[in-house]
Amino acid sequence: MAVSVDEAVSTGPARDRTPPGRRLGGRGRSVLEVALLTGLAVVMLFPVLWMIETSIKDNRDVYAIPAKFVGFRVTLEHFRDVFVAPGGGRSALSVAFLNSALVAGASTVLATVLGVPAAWAYSRFAVKAKKDQLFFILSTRFMPPVVVVIPIFLMYRQVGLIDSKIGLILIYAAFNVPFTIWMMKGFVDEVPAEYEDAAMLDGYTRLQAFWRYTLPLLVPGIAATAVFALIFSWNEFVFAIFLTSSDDVRTAPPAIAGLIGGTTTDWGLVAAASVVFALPVLVFAYLVRRHLIAGVTLGAVRR
Amino acid sequence: MADIEVKALHKRYPDGTVAVDQVDLSIGDGELFVMLGPSGCGKTTTLRAIAGLERQTTGDIRIGDTLVNDQPPAERDIAMVFQFYALYPHLKTRDNLAFPLRAEGLPKAEVRRRVDEVARLMRLGPLLDRRPRQLSGGEQQRVALARALVRRPRAFLMDEPLTNLDAELRADMRTEIKHLQGELGATMVYVTHDQVEAMSLGHRIAILNKGRVEQIGTPLEVYDRPASLFCAAFIGSPPMNLIEVEVADGQLRGQGGLVLTPPPGVPRDRRLVAGVRPEALAVTEAGAERSVPARVVSAEWLGDEIIYVVDHGGQRDVRVRMPPTVRHAAGAAVGLRHTGGTPVVYDVRTEELVA
Repeated sequence: MAVSVDEAVSTGPARDRTPPGRRLGGRGRSVLEVALLTGLAVVMLFPVLWMIETSIKDNRDVYAIPAKFVGFRVTLEHFRDVFVAPGGGRSALSVAFLNSALVAGASTVLATVLGVPAAWAYSRFAVKAKKDQLFFILSTRFMPPVVVVIPIFLMYRQVGLIDSKIGLILIYAAFNVPFTIWMMKGFVDEVPAEYEDAAMLDGYTRLQAFWRYTLPLLVPGIAATAVFALIFSWNEFVFAIFLTSSDDVRTAPPAIAGLIGGTTTDWGLVAAASVVFALPVLVFAYLVRRHLIAGVTLGAVRR
Repeated sequence: MADIEVKALHKRYPDGTVAVDQVDLSIGDGELFVMLGPSGCGKTTTLRAIAGLERQTTGDIRIGDTLVNDQPPAERDIAMVFQFYALYPHLKTRDNLAFPLRAEGLPKAEVRRRVDEVARLMRLGPLLDRRPRQLSGGEQQRVALARALVRRPRAFLMDEPLTNLDAELRADMRTEIKHLQGELGATMVYVTHDQVEAMSLGHRIAILNKGRVEQIGTPLEVYDRPASLFCAAFIGSPPMNLIEVEVADGQLRGQGGLVLTPPPGVPRDRRLVAGVRPEALAVTEAGAERSVPARVVSAEWLGDEIIYVVDHGGQRDVRVRMPPTVRHAAGAAVGLRHTGGTPVVYDVRTEELVA
């Protein structure tokens, strides 16, 4: 440890907050760090970059060998093809995007409307066997959703929910409600119950107290939770491909997957559709990034 | 203002814990009534039941002439001050104060007049346009008090309102609350675990333990004649010395040789404990007249007084309060003398006051 002592002296002990055990040696460490992070970034970001490039390349350049990283002609025709059908009018993909927006939005709203009051109730009231109930709710998320896809398929066929947007909305909400309850319970726990007590003594009913006082304080938490639910529903693939078959109902993930195969694959169109598909999630995540971090770290530190 | 009557209150939670076993209280109109007890004694639950924030399992609560058992808190016309102030964080002081009035639906001009009035009373003028975050703890509690006052409710419920303040501020606020309560003639139920607060504020004090009322009385009554061993050990700092005694030759004799004058009506056929306040004992020079030999175990020098812990051969060491002029080092051989009047006497088995 002699080295680290020397270092501590040279850099000034007051400024150096790195624990001694983590020190690898000044400049060497930062070079190594940068190199590793760069490597990781390239591996992680290259497919994204390639997708974006492909989406704006001519078909000729898409299939060019050797591949063209730079110096290709930029075109937006793939993006046009995403939204406009070859003969004019609305393309199947654009319908799928609308379906995705509708299904993800509605299931998120449903999960939030059901989950937030439930989380509030679990946080505030003495419920019999509260811990067991909460564990049961959480346990529905233990298995991967794909496990239940066959039973759900059979059930949906019986009740006529197969190949319907309502069916997708319900199943996504069902998966999002447990998550919403658990995440929101953490946020509700952080809001002192005294606000509601005070409002109730000031002349409001319990529901009014929740609505007027607790709810506004929960908005950041709700936003974070809803974005998680939205991303889940937006990205969901397995249920979408099993439970839908017609173009009117199909959401974007299976629709994009459906572009691949057949005699030829229009990679430019696949890439453009994927870019369009990824954008909303990126924008949402960026808008609420601070809440996302708060949501993820909430409850990790005890008050 | 109204009186409050609590009869045979019992609260059991769904998980089986009994928070309040059996509580009867009769709080007079304009009284400052303190509920005192350790945490988990049921004092806060009782208060919340009076407020309507908890529904009692059985028992009746009456405010004024109204049986309020089934009334929601909003209809009981009471105000409550919380330990964590519960000021709405997104509202300025002015709006926090106006809030309960707006909930009642008072006209705007009346709301403004009442807010200004209470702001003047509580000297909140400069704070009116700030949000709770911009206020210190003491200021927040003053605003919380003002918010309780502004409605002119039938009674005030205070749930440990000073616990989160530092010591100096606490003393100031204590004075302020007492003054306000007297000025307004308000009925006030005040919950605390701090006996100094209870003694200095209360017209009467109820001491609660394990969901039951151990004693109700004026501060002097509970100090002079604690009704049970629990009260004896709870009230007073340092608490009462509890010395096992036997009745012999018309005297109470402790194991260490301490002799006390028995109060009238002491039973002879039971095991007894005498309660002796630290100020009813004196540390003397060794061998002084009417003293028993003892040894100083430790001495706490508090500036205005010294608390001696003294071993006189009894079962337990006793605590003695002495003026700072009487100085003995730890380990010194001294005398211990009873200087007070007749002690209070408890039955060891029932833990209740017998004489």
